[in-house]
Amino acid sequence: MSAQICIVDYGVGNRRSVEKAIHKVGGKPVISSEPDVMAAADGLVLPGVGAFPSAMERIEALGLDDAIASAVRRGAPILGTCLGMQLLFDRSTEHGGARGLGLIKGEVVALDAPGAKLPHIGWSEVEWSGNSELTSGLGESASFYHVHSYVTVPADPAAVIGWSDYGTRFASVVEQSNIYGVQFHPEKSSANGLRMLANFCAICDEAAR
Amino acid sequence: MQMKRVIPCLDVDAGRVVKGTNFVDIRDAGDPVELAARYELAGADELVFLDITATHEDRGTVAALARRTADDVFIPFTIGGGIRSLEDAQAVLDAGADKVSVNSAALARPELIRELAAQFGSQCVVVAIDARRNTAGAAGWEAFSGGGRHATGRDVLQWATEVEKLGAGELLLTSMDRDGTKDGYDLELLAAVSSGTRIPLIASGGAGEPRHLAEALEAGADAVLCASIFHFGAYTVGDVKQYLTDRGILVRPLSA
Repeated sequence: MSAQICIVDYGVGNRRSVEKAIHKVGGKPVISSEPDVMAAADGLVLPGVGAFPSAMERIEALGLDDAIASAVRRGAPILGTCLGMQLLFDRSTEHGGARGLGLIKGEVVALDAPGAKLPHIGWSEVEWSGNSELTSGLGESASFYHVHSYVTVPADPAAVIGWSDYGTRFASVVEQSNIYGVQFHPEKSSANGLRMLANFCAICDEAAR
Repeated sequence: MQMKRVIPCLDVDAGRVVKGTNFVDIRDAGDPVELAARYELAGADELVFLDITATHEDRGTVAALARRTADDVFIPFTIGGGIRSLEDAQAVLDAGADKVSVNSAALARPELIRELAAQFGSQCVVVAIDARRNTAGAAGWEAFSGGGRHATGRDVLQWATEVEKLGAGELLLTSMDRDGTKDGYDLELLAAVSSGTRIPLIASGGAGEPRHLAEALEAGADAVLCASIFHFGAYTVGDVKQYLTDRGILVRPLSA
């Protein structure tokens, strides 16, 4: 496995952890905000922590929205993690609301978890629905490290391939052709997370052939 | 359902672990990265590195520690001790730490919490509170700064509420009365802070046996910070998680 994975750099904090995890599973990570590098990569990871509107502002200011859209059009797999997953959707209500990349239909809303503490920080079990290469080898469910206060609501329920539960059930893994999103942090989810990233690298390898 | 977290704490002095478990056949028990990797394998849910040197010269050492840890460890980790500014936080977060913990600097200038949250997001900001039970008939607890050396006159419950409003993502609450005693956490303190706030609460200070961890989690804590219970080899993370599971507390399973 030697897929070249571009970790899209728009100035958020956890790029380095994602880079190390992809390196660990045998992928070739490169952190970049250059559209040329993104165009040459076998796959993209869109990481993210922090607030949706400011992340979108930075992405647009750097012209990365167009670069991401063109990578998706040529069939390169893309994996959004945490805020990166949320950015794939049409819009978010966070901090007064903002438009997203619009690659998956649906919106991002505040996590409504009656009686539970927020943010949702910690390990939660994710239940798979349907078969996906992304979740291959991870049983019927597996635990992953979550950190978030907002969740995605995909317009098409068929796009959801994993569900988490935190006072309420929410979509935590989505797949729509070559577009993948996970609400948790695979790079911080020990063996399960590394397995998922290895699966993603394999998907990128296949797509590149 | 949310899983409760078990978080080993490693005291680091000038880049070396001075209090940590001596795992069987470990090459270098003072190497924070090797210890952290062992704890990940053992089933720890997160790690906290507490920098007890915390001098200005030490900042580079701590960033290097975060960098090396992020190379090899794939569970979240927090760096605490000596974080006084946005620049201090930026250095360890860029290196790969997931969160920073602030204590004295936040007590000295509470706005620091708001600034950290605005810059990095609340999820990166843990506020540590050292609490001592009031004596002489007064109820409640007082927050201390400087590693427990200086009384601040601040009521712990009020301070906890204030740091939540300022944007803290988590509270790391240490009972100075129980710290080092192995008599169990201060359950009254945990229950009071947990019911007065809505952000996750990490209990610290006093754990001597697995029963104490269960009691803290049942009192309202979302995670338990453990030092000596692991450091002296009395229990493994696995022992503790088995005990919690048997007692009906949901934790991350050790494998898969």
